[in-house]
Amino acid sequence: MLRFLVQRLATIPLVAIGVITILFVIFKSVPGDEATLAAGATSTQAEIEAMRVRLGLDRPLLIQYAGHIWGLLHLDLGYSSTFRGNPLPAILERIPATLLLMSSAIAVTVAIGIPAGLVAGANQNRWPDYAISGGVVALLAIPNFWLGMVLIAVLSVQMRWLPSFGAAGAASLVIPTIALSARLIALVARTTRGMVVEEMRKDYVRTARAKGLRWKAVLSRHVLRNVLIPIVTVIGLQAGYLLGGSVVVERLFAWPGLGDLMLTGVSVRDYTLIQGATLFFVVGFLVINLAVDILYRFINPRLRHG
Amino acid sequence: MADIAAAPRRRRRRPNLHLLVGGSLLGLFVALAVLGPTLAPYDPMAQDLFATMEPPTAAHWLGADQVGRDILSRIMAGTRYTLSIALASVAAAALIGVALGSIAGHFGGRVDRAVTGFVDLLLTIPNLVLAIAIASAVGSSPTGLTVAIAASFVPSIARLVRSRVLELREEDFVNAAVTIGMSPWRVLARHVLPNAISVIVVETSLLAGQAVLVGSALGFLGLGVQPPAPEWGAMLGASREALEIAPHLVMAPGLAISLLVFAFNTFGDGLRDRFDPNMQQR
Repeated sequence: MLRFLVQRLATIPLVAIGVITILFVIFKSVPGDEATLAAGATSTQAEIEAMRVRLGLDRPLLIQYAGHIWGLLHLDLGYSSTFRGNPLPAILERIPATLLLMSSAIAVTVAIGIPAGLVAGANQNRWPDYAISGGVVALLAIPNFWLGMVLIAVLSVQMRWLPSFGAAGAASLVIPTIALSARLIALVARTTRGMVVEEMRKDYVRTARAKGLRWKAVLSRHVLRNVLIPIVTVIGLQAGYLLGGSVVVERLFAWPGLGDLMLTGVSVRDYTLIQGATLFFVVGFLVINLAVDILYRFINPRLRHG
Repeated sequence: MADIAAAPRRRRRRPNLHLLVGGSLLGLFVALAVLGPTLAPYDPMAQDLFATMEPPTAAHWLGADQVGRDILSRIMAGTRYTLSIALASVAAAALIGVALGSIAGHFGGRVDRAVTGFVDLLLTIPNLVLAIAIASAVGSSPTGLTVAIAASFVPSIARLVRSRVLELREEDFVNAAVTIGMSPWRVLARHVLPNAISVIVVETSLLAGQAVLVGSALGFLGLGVQPPAPEWGAMLGASREALEIAPHLVMAPGLAISLLVFAFNTFGDGLRDRFDPNMQQR
């Protein structure tokens, strides 16, 4: 386990450097003058030139690249025009809010998706199955930001039950969580249903039934354990969706997270901030996938000694 | 009796409901994309300040927006943006992804390691985050949007094609072609790729639905097609501030997006059932 952890953790910096390189290439090939962008639209020609020298933009690209990597090794993401310096503190400040949104979305997904899939699978081709499977199809087609807007219109504007934006207290977490987790709930429910349908035909289920165990107990004690593995896989595969979707959802609800900060960078063309935020999204993706791999070892004893 | 025995026994295929529903819906959207602006009851850009934020009426079936433009006409005229961006980006992504994936899988070795390394790297950047970063770099235009969505889909297609090509490489007919001295490129083009097509078609159809979602999300964020163009995502973005006073502005564009995504998803599911019933459901 320790060796596995060390191996996996060691790849994170490697991937980070690769991603940084890709982003460097993308943003260096952008038309437009970086020094002008960094100095601001109202600055004089002399100020722009001073900024060019200060940021080293007058030097060859390879030197700039080396300087960029060197800076990152010293936790310096570069010059962000929004913060007039290293945007790292601002980025770190935003991470807890995004983390809160993501973890509540995953919690809701597990709490709703798994039971829904169990009910659908256990009632294959009867009305609960049709209702749940229909819901899955609908949820997979609805854009998360639209779902969020409809929920605002109904729950905040009409009913006045919940706040429509901001991050003040648990109530403000409800609508963003539903909007973000809807797609994931659908995917988890569909996977669970498929697995339950498959597992129900297996010998161990028949044995459990034959010895007199009730359906509920068979499902929760035997079937669920085998279903957990693909569910964790689905959540791991959708980590990218969760992180990307959080950007849109955060903007819609003015949620003070990393995605909202990234979009601030986009609106003022602060490329340093955009790259920094992207880098942290990648780190988040890697951490979620590492967590998934560790979870596998807990829920699948076959892997523990592998 | 003899007649019955002599009659050729045709294997009946179960009618594929998914393919039928998805296909006809897609046909409807394509027709709208072509004819939308002509069929629309109003000019999608024409402002009627007496109808500002009017809820649905006999004159404006879906109501009117903040400056009195007819929402139904805007939805109809906007179909071509969403549909063409989705199709163009998925086609571009498929082209590049298939090239990368098949070369990596077919030639193996160093080429494979280089391509796979690059693709795996790109896969660590969340899809929408990559699209936002690229869209912010190339600028907000339909072309920029298409490039951003296409680039964010290339890695997943490349990976899928690579694994399918690796499977096919073990097949006898591929080995036979290699043994008789066919050039590797010819083997790839004549024997490997034709057998990978069904997987590619199914994947691209499902990704087209994703492209609609990503494209409208970028439009919503103001990174895609710019207002006043009647793109559905941009329409939703513009109605955000009016949500409190005119919630009907939000309904139509969202339903249009959902219906188009549903059409692509269903069509893709149908194709999968048709081509390969054993394929894993995603």
